[in-house]
This record gives sequence, structure tokens and C-alpha cells, in this order.
Amino acid sequence: MRTLMILLRKEFQQIRRNPAILRIIFMMPAVQLLILPLAADYEVKNVNLTVVDNNHSDYSRRLINKLAANDHFTLVGVTDNYKEALVTIEQDKSDIVLTIPPHFDREIIREDEAALHLSANAVNGAKGNIGAAYAQSIIADFNNEIRRELLAMPRMNPAPVIEVTTINRFNDTMAYAIFMVPGILVILVTMVGSFLASLNIVHEKEVGTIEQLNVSPIKKHQFILGKLIPFWLLGFVVLTIGLLIARVVYGIIPEGNLGLIYLFAGVYLLALLGIGLLISTVSETQQQAMLMSFFFMMIFILMGGLYTSIDSMPEWAQVVTRFNPVRYFIEVMRMVIMKGSTFRDILPNLYVIGGMAVFFNGLAILLYRKRS
Amino acid sequence: MSAVIVEHITKTFNKGKIKALDNVSFSVQEGELFGLIGPDGAGKTSLFRILTTLWLADSGKAEVKGLDVVQDYKAIRKRIGYMPGKFSLYQDLTVEENLSFFATLFNTTIRENYDLVKDIYVQLEPFKDRKAGKLSGGMKQKLALCCALIHKPDVLFLDEPTTGVDPVSRKEFWEMLRRLQSRITIIVSTPYMDEATLCDRIALMQDGRIMQLDTPEGIVRSFNDTLLSIRGNDMFGLIGAIRALPEISGCYAFGESLHVRFPADAWTETGLRSALEQFSGLVIEPITPGIEDCFMALIEPHAAH
Repeated sequence: MRTLMILLRKEFQQIRRNPAILRIIFMMPAVQLLILPLAADYEVKNVNLTVVDNNHSDYSRRLINKLAANDHFTLVGVTDNYKEALVTIEQDKSDIVLTIPPHFDREIIREDEAALHLSANAVNGAKGNIGAAYAQSIIADFNNEIRRELLAMPRMNPAPVIEVTTINRFNDTMAYAIFMVPGILVILVTMVGSFLASLNIVHEKEVGTIEQLNVSPIKKHQFILGKLIPFWLLGFVVLTIGLLIARVVYGIIPEGNLGLIYLFAGVYLLALLGIGLLISTVSETQQQAMLMSFFFMMIFILMGGLYTSIDSMPEWAQVVTRFNPVRYFIEVMRMVIMKGSTFRDILPNLYVIGGMAVFFNGLAILLYRKRS
Repeated sequence: MSAVIVEHITKTFNKGKIKALDNVSFSVQEGELFGLIGPDGAGKTSLFRILTTLWLADSGKAEVKGLDVVQDYKAIRKRIGYMPGKFSLYQDLTVEENLSFFATLFNTTIRENYDLVKDIYVQLEPFKDRKAGKLSGGMKQKLALCCALIHKPDVLFLDEPTTGVDPVSRKEFWEMLRRLQSRITIIVSTPYMDEATLCDRIALMQDGRIMQLDTPEGIVRSFNDTLLSIRGNDMFGLIGAIRALPEISGCYAFGESLHVRFPADAWTETGLRSALEQFSGLVIEPITPGIEDCFMALIEPHAAH
């Protein structure tokens, strides 16, 4: 215990004196939380639309007006040449080309059926996809409109219309920040947990100070605890700063109990520190540790459900995400902050992370013990 | 009683391909200043790492203060001081913080063992609030020695403590070691042959083996050959001509002259002079061998000219 206190005092002395660590701890959450949620926005706006109007009828004009009036679309041009329209896609001036065939109005009236043609630029997949979907729903709307007009309206409406309205539960305005901020916070805590601790241990190896410690009567577990505890605490500091920013800047006040987040973060940080420890035992230089942490972080972030929904990943990828600690914390963060989940709700995640903490730390200590 | 006993220690790397230590045995007496002398790669650091319980030997046995380096490693760590060849203190902590950190780790204080480090620490005291990384090379070594001494170890292991230190600081450093020696057994390694003469006994090491182990005087005494110092105007031509002569067992540049070694009955000074008469400005003097000459004589069979 006494030895541990000495090691901790030394560690904090060093952290206090290291401007880089302080900067990372205070600046990183601030900058990332202020910029990322605003920039990493999936809402597709400004879909550029070019219409090839071969019909020039009332109907085609109404359709074009309807599309142009929509917030999501910007009408960049109307032409009557499909090839010309395709060139605008090639030049990246338009994302979607809608072609209205020559006998559009006649077909609607005489044959009750008409075809339209949509071409979407798939280079920017999300924009093309979502743009096309928007266009389709507007066209469907237009379809209903003219159907009702064309039918005589006696006592009752012979064309039943089902209107769908949606309520977005837990995030009624679909504000992107409410969704992103908890996730980004998890990434920040993860970085402090895995990066800083492993870099710190490897630094001792690189500089050679670990030799001095190894010939002193320090026990292995004291050394490891002396390294883990400071970064465990720093993780909480980052989490607190992040939650404060979320509250002050984005007005995000957790629906659930804040204590639950801290409880989960405590266990989560243990698991992450275990990974950091593992990285530090297998790397000799800070550079190696850095690259290895980077590799894991990339996978953790991309497969953690922060940017892409895990439910829409292919089956095998969903299996992979089960081994990703980040996934569990992001889930818990969103559950507690947005849904107000209780201890019972997060218990399954807590079990998994607890297991990971035991596994990674156990493995790290096992590898660490080996004396060459 | 022996402070350190090493018996048949062998350590290999790369699955036995590289032999760092090859069946090394020796013992160091209580209160002795023992030197391990040898070039880089001779195995000095490997030996230190085994004796300080950082590495395990492949085979063989070693004891420090009667404690086995494998079984009793915990007890040994409390009783030894180790100063690695590479400066390994916390560069971002101050002089005083470093020293008190290592003192408290060993459950003691700077004040308690102040008399042991006093000579050295008074020189460091003006800089005690300076970060260790900002010290000069010699000061760093003094601080490292202080930190290795602060818990009053029984045996002190110093791995190349004077490498990269200026000549004045080197001299001071060795004076300190001599003063400490009355209370502590010291094992020191160095690649500098001139420092060897300051030790009580030295082991000359090469390729993981101890070539010779004796007092510095004993090693010089065992040098049976004749040694001449030869100088001339055309040194480059001279070295080739001498090496081409029969029964010359060694010829190497030593400062501004060549040291030439041969069995006592092989040549006379006049005979040699006439064999080299085509060289101008020839100066030939008999000299007494130093440790370096002894070392060269020992490694000659291994190293090509």
C-alpha cells in the first residue's frame, strides 16, 4: 500500500508536469465535442436535381414544382435532353436526374399508368440513395394527389388514403447532436484509457526507467496498479468534462441516472486499461504502441455503432462487434442519456464489459509476469 | 566471504545462436572493487542483468550475498544497487524528486543515508530543483549513482558508469568509488582500459568469456612477451612491413606510435631496426605493457590483424 502511494505520487507529479497530457485531457474533449457532432451529420440536404422534361405538360410542370419546392432538393436545371443531364452528373453538378417521358400526361389520363426514370449519382452513396428515396416519396405523394383529382368525388372517397405520421421516440426532433455526443464521449474516454496508459508504460521501457523499478522491491501488481489508477481517474475527468460540455453546449441532460454512466464507465475503463496494458507488454517503443492502439481504435470506432448502425451491418460484422467494448458503452450511453434506462437495462452490457475487464487485465498480467 | 559468486553462467539469445555469456565463473570478495573490462558486446551487461535478477541465465548458478539470483530475487533486490549503462532516471522529475522517490521506495529517506551519498550529493545540491533530463552528462551519472546508493546497498552494480562522461568527471567518479569501497562491494564494468588499473581485481572479457582474471598488476606481470614502441615517418607502410615479419605476434596503432609484441627470444631491437632500415625517422623504444596491451595479447588469437 505504501509503495503504491509512492508510485502514484510520482505518477501524478509526472502527469502534472507533462503539458501534452494535460492538453489532451482538457482540449481533446472540448474540441472534439464542439466540432464533430456538428460536422458528422448524416442528414442529406441540398440534393441537386436535374429534370429532363420531355413532356412539357401541366402534370410535368406540377411535378417539377413540387420537387423544387421541397427543402431537400435544389433544382439545378431543366432540359429536354437526357445526355445533357447525364453530363451534369459527371461534372458533379447534379446528384439526381429525373426523366419525364414524352407522353407522361396522356398515359396518366388514358392508361392510368405512367413511368418515370430516376438516375442517382452513386459516387456519394449516401446522398444518391437518400436523394432517390426522397424523390420517390415526393413522386408517390404527387401520384396520390392526381389520383384524387382524377376521380370524381361523390359521397365517399373511393380511393382510400392511408396517411402515415411518425413520432421519433427519445429524440423527437431527430437532433443529430443528441445521438452523436454520447457516442463521441465514449470514443474520448476510450482514447484516454487505451492510448495514454499504454504509452506511459512503454515510455518507461523506452527510457529505461523500468529497469530501475525492476531491481527495486516493487511488486508487479503494485507497478501495474500504480499505472492503471492515474489513468482510470483521468478517464473520469474526461468523462465529466464531456458531460458538462454536452449539457452546456447541446443542452443534453441525461434522462436516466448519471451515476449509472459513471458506474459503467468505471468498469469500462478497467477493460480499456487492460487492453492498453496488453499493448504495452507487447511493444518496445512508443511508436509501436501508438500504431497498435491506432489499429484497434479504428476498428473499435468504425464497428462500434457510432457512425453506422450495427443493426444494418452484415451478419458476420454484427458478430465481430460483440467483441468490441466500445459498442457496449455507446449503447449504454445512448440508453441512459436518451431513454433513461435503469440499472436492470444496462446489466447485460455491464456483465460483458466486466468479463472483458477480467480477461484483458488477466492476460496482460500473465504476459507481464514472464521474465526473460 | 564472497559477496558475489558466479558459477558456469551461460546465456544465449536467438535460440542459442548468439552466446552472450559462455560458461562464466568468478567470485567477488566482500569490500572489493571488481572490474569487468571488455569491448562492447563482451557480455558485461548480460552478466549484470543476471546478477541484478532482471534476466534468467540459461544454465549455471549465481549468488549475491549468499542469496540465489533465481530463488531469492526479492531479497536480493532489497540489498543491491544497480546503475544501468543507459541513464534511467525520470527525466521529468527534479534531482531531489528522483532521489527521494528511490529512497522512499526502499523505505528510507535521504537524510537517513545522507552520509553515504554526501560527497556526491553536495555537488548536485545546487541543481536539486533542476529536472534530471536537463543535467549534464557527468551530473546525470552522479545523480544515478546517488539513486543507486540511497538505500545503502550491500553490493553495487555499475554498468559502464563513465561512458560518455568527460575525463575530469570520470576521474572524480572513480575517486568516489574508491571512497565507497570501504563500505560497499562494487562491481563495475568499463570499456576504458585506463580505468582498469583503479580496480582491485579485473576480469578481461571478450565474446562472453572471461579471458583472464587477476589484479591489474598480476595481469601486467603475466605479460611475457617483449613490447616495443615504434614510430616512423611512414606509419602506414611501417605497420604493413612489421606485420609481414616472421614471429611478430602483435602490431597495432597506439596513439602516435605502434606497439609491437613478439616472444622475447624472437627479435632484438637492433635486429628489428635493420629489418626496417628502409623506413626513415625510425624511433624504437622498449616499453612496459599496460592493461590494454595485455588485453590485445589475449584477444589476438581471436581477432584478425
